[in-house]
Amino acid sequence: MPVIDPKKCDGCGLCVGVCHFNALAIVNNIITIIETVECDWCTDCEAVCLTGAISCPFEIILQKP
Amino acid sequence: MAVQLEFLKSILYFSALGLAELESIKKLVFEKTVDRAEMVLLEGESAENLYFVASGVVKVFKTSAEGKEQILSIVRPGESFNDVPIFDGGPNPASARAMGPVLLYGIKKNDMEAILRDHPQIALNIIKVLARRVRHLVSLVEDLSFKHVIGRVAKILFEHVGGEMGLGPRLTQQEMAAMAGTAREVVGRSLKALEEEGAIKLDRHRIIITDKEALQKIMEVSS
Repeated sequence: MPVIDPKKCDGCGLCVGVCHFNALAIVNNIITIIETVECDWCTDCEAVCLTGAISCPFEIILQKP
Repeated sequence: MAVQLEFLKSILYFSALGLAELESIKKLVFEKTVDRAEMVLLEGESAENLYFVASGVVKVFKTSAEGKEQILSIVRPGESFNDVPIFDGGPNPASARAMGPVLLYGIKKNDMEAILRDHPQIALNIIKVLARRVRHLVSLVEDLSFKHVIGRVAKILFEHVGGEMGLGPRLTQQEMAAMAGTAREVVGRSLKALEEEGAIKLDRHRIIITDKEALQKIMEVSS
């Protein structure tokens, strides 16, 4: 699931607004992932975050033949 | 050598004009010969003349702070350059150098303004020329910002693939962008393009290299 750094989050809520799957919410002024099954890793939340509080790192793997 | 009326007629700017009108314009046109590699214009200097290439080829380019040249256009006979600063009054946005011996026809900025006032029918053709220039530059921007980045992104994926256990470093698009020297948005588009090429598959948080040879080819072609 997306990685959240609570120290960087300023609670602006931009990421909540862009999430297509309502997977995010602001809880106690900090972004929280409330649903991960629907998340399709569109990375829009990471794109809109000005503080770098939420990130969507990719794992790079080689498909076995 | 005298300015040739037939050549003026072949320039798109003036193609709508009759012989009498071209005769009056001809008086305002001057010739300039330029040797190979001679600079015609310097980026940043104030623009004084609009040029048409009568023979030879001129390279229009910008120079980076590191001294690297980026060609914006190759100007061939019948084509013009330095149009933009003549019409908007700003400095030369780029430099121009002769790629071989070149014969130019030039019109001073003030004279061009007079020509436009006296022959307003040339305005539509000027618009067409500038519109083509914009289309060309948009395509160039796309090439510069996109095509080569795909190769760099391909290289980053190649170099950071996980080992047998599948445990490699996890990279965000921002991190890939920093490595590739580009913007995060361009990395996103590059990944989609690589997927369309069949080299990778995006599966939520995983980038699966599905065709290693194709990825390598993209790396090599774009470098």
